[in-house]
Amino acid sequence: MKFVDEFRDPAKARVLVDNINTLVRRIPLCATRPLQLMEVCGGHTHSIFKYGIEQMLPDCIELVHGPGCPVCVLPMGRVDDCVALAERPNIIFTTFGDAMRVPGSRKSLLQAKAEGADIRMVYSPMDALRIARDNPDREVVFFALGFETTMPSTALTILRAEAEGVENFAVFCNHITIIPTIKAILDSPELTLDGFLGPGHVSMVIGSEPYQFIARHYRKPLVIAGFEPLDILQSVWMVLNQIAEGRSDVENQYQRVVPDRGNNPALAAVSKVFQLRAFFEWRGLGSIDHSGVRLQDGYARFDAERKYPVPNLKIADPKACQCGEVLKGAIKPWQCKVFGTACTPETPMGSLMVSSEGACAAVYSYGRIDLVDVLRAREAAKPNAPREQQT
Amino acid sequence: MNRATTGAPRIRQRTGKVRGGTITLAHGSGGKAMHDLVDDVFVGAFDNPALAPLEDQARFDLAELIRQGDRLAFTTDSYVVDPLFFAGGNIGELAVNGTVNDLAVSGARALYLSCAVILEEGFPLSDLRLIVDAMQQAAATAGVMFVTGDTKVVNRGAVDKLFINTSGIGVIPEGTNIAAQRARPGDKVLVNGYVGDHGVAILAARDDLALDVPIASDTQPLNGLVSRLLAVCPDIHCLRDATRGGIATVLNEFAQAANVCITLNEPTIPVREAVWGVSEILGLDPLYFANEGKLVAVVPAAYAGAVLAAMRSHPAGADAAIIGDVSASPEGCVIMHTAFGGERIVDMLVGDQLPRIC
Repeated sequence: MKFVDEFRDPAKARVLVDNINTLVRRIPLCATRPLQLMEVCGGHTHSIFKYGIEQMLPDCIELVHGPGCPVCVLPMGRVDDCVALAERPNIIFTTFGDAMRVPGSRKSLLQAKAEGADIRMVYSPMDALRIARDNPDREVVFFALGFETTMPSTALTILRAEAEGVENFAVFCNHITIIPTIKAILDSPELTLDGFLGPGHVSMVIGSEPYQFIARHYRKPLVIAGFEPLDILQSVWMVLNQIAEGRSDVENQYQRVVPDRGNNPALAAVSKVFQLRAFFEWRGLGSIDHSGVRLQDGYARFDAERKYPVPNLKIADPKACQCGEVLKGAIKPWQCKVFGTACTPETPMGSLMVSSEGACAAVYSYGRIDLVDVLRAREAAKPNAPREQQT
Repeated sequence: MNRATTGAPRIRQRTGKVRGGTITLAHGSGGKAMHDLVDDVFVGAFDNPALAPLEDQARFDLAELIRQGDRLAFTTDSYVVDPLFFAGGNIGELAVNGTVNDLAVSGARALYLSCAVILEEGFPLSDLRLIVDAMQQAAATAGVMFVTGDTKVVNRGAVDKLFINTSGIGVIPEGTNIAAQRARPGDKVLVNGYVGDHGVAILAARDDLALDVPIASDTQPLNGLVSRLLAVCPDIHCLRDATRGGIATVLNEFAQAANVCITLNEPTIPVREAVWGVSEILGLDPLYFANEGKLVAVVPAAYAGAVLAAMRSHPAGADAAIIGDVSASPEGCVIMHTAFGGERIVDMLVGDQLPRIC
């Protein structure tokens, strides 16, 4: 397929892998411990597993799967708020499909739907606005979530609703911003990261400028990366090249999509509609200052949090769940106590197991082949586990 | 009027005609309107000697069945597809081909089908005729007969437009032994053509995605193809039609049932460019898209070439390919060598394939 196959050429991949192997021999640190590179974005995590990229890299490179999956960092309390909104009479609650299965403390949206709440899956906030237009006697709430990538479409939908005078439409805003979160990870005492693959689609909106502090202040290389497998391999090579040369810069591998200055009309719509919250709760990472947005006061009538009573309770994550440590790169998904046993894609305990962009779901579904034995051992250790048939 | 007292002949008249343009509750009442509907729409279309007596059940000559094989295959499936009409077919074709294929992949010769229809009050009669005609045409193509049936009409909202159940009976020839647990290390895995077409055709037919994709459902009967495959390789180990859950699900079923590893070679799997495109846009995987005319076969390596040639010589298998092979371990796993040069597990699908948001 044109514009896709070019970025998945196995011959080019072999050349890049050879170059990476050559490069790591020039990095003395590699001889003492593995280099840890964090891919911030869930889209990268998905690609890495889908194409089996990790096994192509030398053993001295570890990819740490970062917090860039908006579904995965959604705290349980916010899911409960969604369910509470969806269960109000006369509400049509609209959401992206990913969020349907995220467990709340009582139930997921999928369970609430089965119990009778009118919850509809949409592909864009504009679909939700259309539902509002088509159902003037109902109240429609759109569950807005995502990083800067999806913020502009929510902002433009609200501006459209305002222009059209649609009054039965509101947004439950859970948009979050990536920069304060990367900063929180960099400030974390257990940090061992050596470099970053920067999120491509977020950068398409915000540009490359906001990452400069990572290179300048924290002295970590960052390469804004595309999502095709060759993009990812090339970006890994670029980060390693910076390390080999003792540099820490912000570089842009995804130049075909990401302009250095970002997308001005999108940014204008975002700043018109949204304002920073003092803080926002992240699953596994806790409260991070200025890491979320809400609607500006001028758009309060489109804000579900101000239009309807929302419980807004803080719910602690299940004790056994180690999503936070996985998100920070402190442990690998399969090192979590409940990975593959109490927590599977069928019965997700932590949100990293829900979305296909979550590190745990990606490992579980696409898994590294050598994990097969780890999972088998756990299955066998379960009490009353059925014995495997001998053939 | 009491027929006994008037002396009217007690012969059931079979010239009923449905009146009006929509189905009403009266058409399910058991009375005249229902008989008219059954006669006019169903019996009119399905007309065959086994159905003709219109008893409460179909009756078969056992001796005739025994001449064709030594076991019966019996299967049932319900069809609730939404929308009812889509590029490449409608629910009627699915209801025949789906059940015929479930019989065919056992190696059975598909013979007889039942047809039970549940209609929502208000359903357009013209649509019902289109669907029933499609069922009859599909049955004729597959060489099977509808021999019994049932019609119910329920209140508006109690079903979504129309649901169909078909059951099927076939006869398995002596010596044929196709089963999921028979996959053996060294076997080859084949598929009879492009995967994912039906799933994408249905996605495209739902207007909420506003996708304009030139893809038609692959709904087709596979019984002719299967009998040709059995002719060149009587010892086919596994066969299954890859409907819901796609070929990935069938392969996992084989791997788990036989406790073997199935390794796929991604570049060899036939996927149409437009199906790839939809998968890319929505973040879905064509290996999990539904098919309605595709089977996955596991055959001894020595026969793989002959089976492939037999598939390609049949219209239902023109684009067939060998897509992988069976090895001993890791047991119960499906692994794929990606086109990019990596390797990953292809797992069972959990829930629906949900589109990713960014």
